[in-house]
Amino acid sequence: MNRVPLEGKVLNENARVAAELRERFRDNRVLVVNLISSPGSGKTTLLEKSLENLPAAEHVAVLTGDLQTENDANRLKRYGFPVKQIVTGGTCHLDARMIERHIADWDLAKLDLLIIENVGNLVCPSSYDLGEAAKIVLLSVTEGEDKPLKYPSIFFKSELMVLTKTDLLPYVPFEVSMAVENARRVHPEIEMLRLSCQTGNGLPEWMNWLERRKRTFLAEVADTVA
Amino acid sequence: MHELGIANSILDGVAKEIERRPDSHPTKVGVRIGELAGVDPDALRFGFEALIAETDLAELQLEIEFRPPHARCRDCAGEYQIHNYQLICPACRSGNGEWISGDELEFAYLEVEENEPCAAGRKSSE
Repeated sequence: MNRVPLEGKVLNENARVAAELRERFRDNRVLVVNLISSPGSGKTTLLEKSLENLPAAEHVAVLTGDLQTENDANRLKRYGFPVKQIVTGGTCHLDARMIERHIADWDLAKLDLLIIENVGNLVCPSSYDLGEAAKIVLLSVTEGEDKPLKYPSIFFKSELMVLTKTDLLPYVPFEVSMAVENARRVHPEIEMLRLSCQTGNGLPEWMNWLERRKRTFLAEVADTVA
Repeated sequence: MHELGIANSILDGVAKEIERRPDSHPTKVGVRIGELAGVDPDALRFGFEALIAETDLAELQLEIEFRPPHARCRDCAGEYQIHNYQLICPACRSGNGEWISGDELEFAYLEVEENEPCAAGRKSSE
C-alpha cells in the first residue's frame, strides 16, 4: 500500500470555471453579486425593488435560478433589463458552468452590474463559487433568529446579511438583536442591513450599499490593473 | 443534497490521479471538510457509496476528516481551534481573532496498491 498526497479542491472544476468568470467580470468591470436565502425570504421581491430603483443609466442584468419554473424571470422582465432564468431541473444550487452558459450571448462590456439570484436554499449554494464579487444572504423575520447558527456556512461566506420583511416585526416573535448577534458569532465582520420591500424602509440603504460596493469593486480592479 | 455531486467530483479526482498511475488501483481516498463547508459527511458517504456500488471501485474507501474552524489571534499571533463560534484566544484570552479555516473542501491523499503484473503478460514476455 502506498499513500500519495492529493492536492486541490474537491470542486476544482467549478473553482476553475469560477476563476475564469471572475477574471472576465473584472476585465469588463461588472460587479457581480450572488443573492442566497431560504425559499420565500424575498430574493425576487428585493430584486424587483432594486430594478425599480436603479438609475436608468445603470446597465444591469439578472440571472435567476429556479428548480422548475420561469415565473421569476417573467416577474422581472417587465423592468426592461436583460433577465435570464436558469432552470436547474431539480439541482439545488447554481454552479459556475450554468453561469458561463447563460451569459454566453451577453456583451459583458456593456454591463455595470449582474445580480444572480440563487436557488432558494441556505446550504448547497454556499459550496459553489460563481465568480461573484460578493455573496449576500437574506434572512426574513418570519424565520428563526438562530438560522445563522443552523446554517453557518452561508453566513460565514457572505459579505452582507439583509434582514427582510421588517414590516412584519410587530407581528412575529423575532428578536433582531439576537439574529445579528448570531450572525456576528459566525462571521464577526458581516455587514447588516434591514429592510421592508412593502414599506420601502431600508431600501435606500440597500441601493447605497450596492453603489458603494460597486465603487470599491472598481477601485480594486483599477489597483490590479495599475 | 449537493453531496452526490461532491462525491462525483471526488471520484473524478481519483480517476485523474489513477490516470497518472496506470499500474495501480485506488483503495482509499482522504478528504478534508471544514465544519463550515456546508457539506454533510453522512450524506457525502451515502452518495459516495451509491456511486461506486457495483463498479470497479466498489471497494474504494472514503475517509473524511471533518475539521473544526481555526482562528489566528491578532494580538499574540497564536492559532487555535474555535469552539461554538467563540473567538477567544486560549493563550492570551484576547477576543481579537480572525478566522483562518473552516470552509475547506479539499483532497488530502489517495492510497493505492500496485497492480499484480498480469500473469498472461508475464508469460508472453518470457
